[in-house]
Amino acid sequence: MSATEAATAEEAPERRPTTGETARRIVQGDLSSVRVVLGLVVIAVIFQVQEDRFLSAENLTNLMLQITTIGLISVGVVYVLLLGEIDLSVGAVSGLSAAVMAVLSVNHGWNAYLAIAAAVAVGAAIGCLQGSLFSRFVVPSFVVTLAGLLAWEGALLQVLGKTGSLNINDPKITGLANIFYSDTVGWIFAAVIIGAYGAALAVGYRRRVAACLGDTNALSQIVRFVLLAAIVIAAVAILNSDRGVPLAVMILLAFVVGMEYVAKQTSFGRHVFAVGGNAEAARRAGIHVNRVRIAVFTIAGTMAAIGGVMAASRLFAVNQNSGGNELLLLAIAGPVIAGTSLFGGRGSVWTALLGALVIGSISNGMDLLSLSSAVKLMVTGGVLLLAVLVDAVARQQRQTSGRV
Amino acid sequence: MAADGTPLLELEGVSKRFGPVQALDRVDFAVHAGEVIGLVGDNGAGKSTLVKAIAGIYSPDGGTIRFEGEEVRIKGPQDATELGIATVYQDLALCDNLDVVANLFLGREQVSAGPGQVSRQLDEVKMEHETADLLSTLAVTIPSLRSEVGTLSGGQRQQVAVARSLLGDPKVVLLDEPTAALGVPQTKQVLELIRRLRERNLGVVVISHNLADVFAVADRVFVLRLGRAAGEFRAEETTEEHVVGAITGVGDGGERNQHAEGETS
Repeated sequence: MSATEAATAEEAPERRPTTGETARRIVQGDLSSVRVVLGLVVIAVIFQVQEDRFLSAENLTNLMLQITTIGLISVGVVYVLLLGEIDLSVGAVSGLSAAVMAVLSVNHGWNAYLAIAAAVAVGAAIGCLQGSLFSRFVVPSFVVTLAGLLAWEGALLQVLGKTGSLNINDPKITGLANIFYSDTVGWIFAAVIIGAYGAALAVGYRRRVAACLGDTNALSQIVRFVLLAAIVIAAVAILNSDRGVPLAVMILLAFVVGMEYVAKQTSFGRHVFAVGGNAEAARRAGIHVNRVRIAVFTIAGTMAAIGGVMAASRLFAVNQNSGGNELLLLAIAGPVIAGTSLFGGRGSVWTALLGALVIGSISNGMDLLSLSSAVKLMVTGGVLLLAVLVDAVARQQRQTSGRV
Repeated sequence: MAADGTPLLELEGVSKRFGPVQALDRVDFAVHAGEVIGLVGDNGAGKSTLVKAIAGIYSPDGGTIRFEGEEVRIKGPQDATELGIATVYQDLALCDNLDVVANLFLGREQVSAGPGQVSRQLDEVKMEHETADLLSTLAVTIPSLRSEVGTLSGGQRQQVAVARSLLGDPKVVLLDEPTAALGVPQTKQVLELIRRLRERNLGVVVISHNLADVFAVADRVFVLRLGRAAGEFRAEETTEEHVVGAITGVGDGGERNQHAEGETS
């Protein structure tokens, strides 16, 4: 049949990506994680040359502890960005939730876990409220959450009362950011992570082979496994040579992995991507667009609260500055730097971790060099601008090459 | 051509008014199984209104709709889908950031059995397998089922949209301008796909401005003019001039139209 022949002739046969192709994909953001890892290496080299404590086990452990709050908040921000929306209230919500926890625990003598649960519930409720307002009244999300930013900051001051600061002594709360595991436990973690990843890869691979689907390249699976195993072993070795694997890092990792699973492997996650890509198409496909939006803002509020609890635990206190300063912008900048698009529909939860690493390394390195906060702010602003420009250029290139 | 027996879908005297505009005026229209109908007419002739009335977007002011011989009321898109009427709109409603498999199963994702069920884990392998099966029975060739739909050509996107409409096992498929803005080889692919829908014994309605495409694929050509039925032709027994006449209201088709106007006044 002539039409069929024409069709076959027109389609380019599937081929392996060439080096040029790979370079193009990095520029266009398909392989943005590679771009970010290269960026991290550059940052590490620059700071290590200036100050050889940068790559010491002690400093790397500190770095990991410094990024847990931003990383956890960013996990929720990624979901909001996937929708193509923004949540400017996450910083204020993290502060308010932490204050609620501190007041309940310190002033009212609540059990630590109940106080933490109450803080998380406050974050979730705020997120749910903002999401409902945004989707019900079709107000731009940045306006709703900007109003939230002001209101929840006010609420933080209100909750803290006259003293404006509460010290937390309950070891159950302070332990979250200050517990380190022994070397043995650290290696057990490593074994479990590597084993679980290997098992997941193997099961997926066997199912694909059994179903006779393409894309069954055993080598790439092995490369991925070896890479992950190497990273995990190196990380645990470094952390063990200082104080050990911190509980905070395990909490952050658990949320990143869990929420990445939800985003990429569940029907809810698929709907988030669909709404972010084309809300009208999602609606016509029978997806409850508003429910997805409300759920996503609830996730953002919840993750902000969890981040706030971790920040309070690390600081041993909640004060009027909790959740303030540049925390909000850094939590949004992180995922964007690491390749989650501001325009919605593209990204991954890993960018929360990678982005927090980039931002945390820059800030940590500049602290080591004792640079003034003037310089720190300008450099961080420059990095954020660069990341947004890279995102915009990637988008333009996708459009000029016929991709939207 | 299997135009005998009870039509799959039959409209009788269907009218729709938008304020002062009579968008559809007592239109009779029928689709049989295994038949492709080209729905043509000038801009504003009521083609889209007719399709939207069938698809449940608009509810008609008057007239009856029968599906497989039984009178039905289509109150919303859901009703139409449940009856077995699938519509592919011109804007396709695809998510460009998702791959072919994800788009095909959008809103009706397959969930894996076992422990993953709790989190509604996607069964990607099953979905990809079914996508590959469906596309190969339709002879649709797409370089990779895992490529983002945004990277595909216009013809491939159209084919993905049509394939998606088939997942719900419909009996009637409505295609709104499936060949608009497509190049020649891509148009050929899409027309070929429409012929395969007919082979699957579906009733197919194709709205098009392009008479060459309509004649290439349709068994019957149904002309609307100013909201009224202005002629119905067997594709093999008529010429483009006749159809153009009916569309513009000049010549052959015009008589019927004047006749219809006489009836109104």
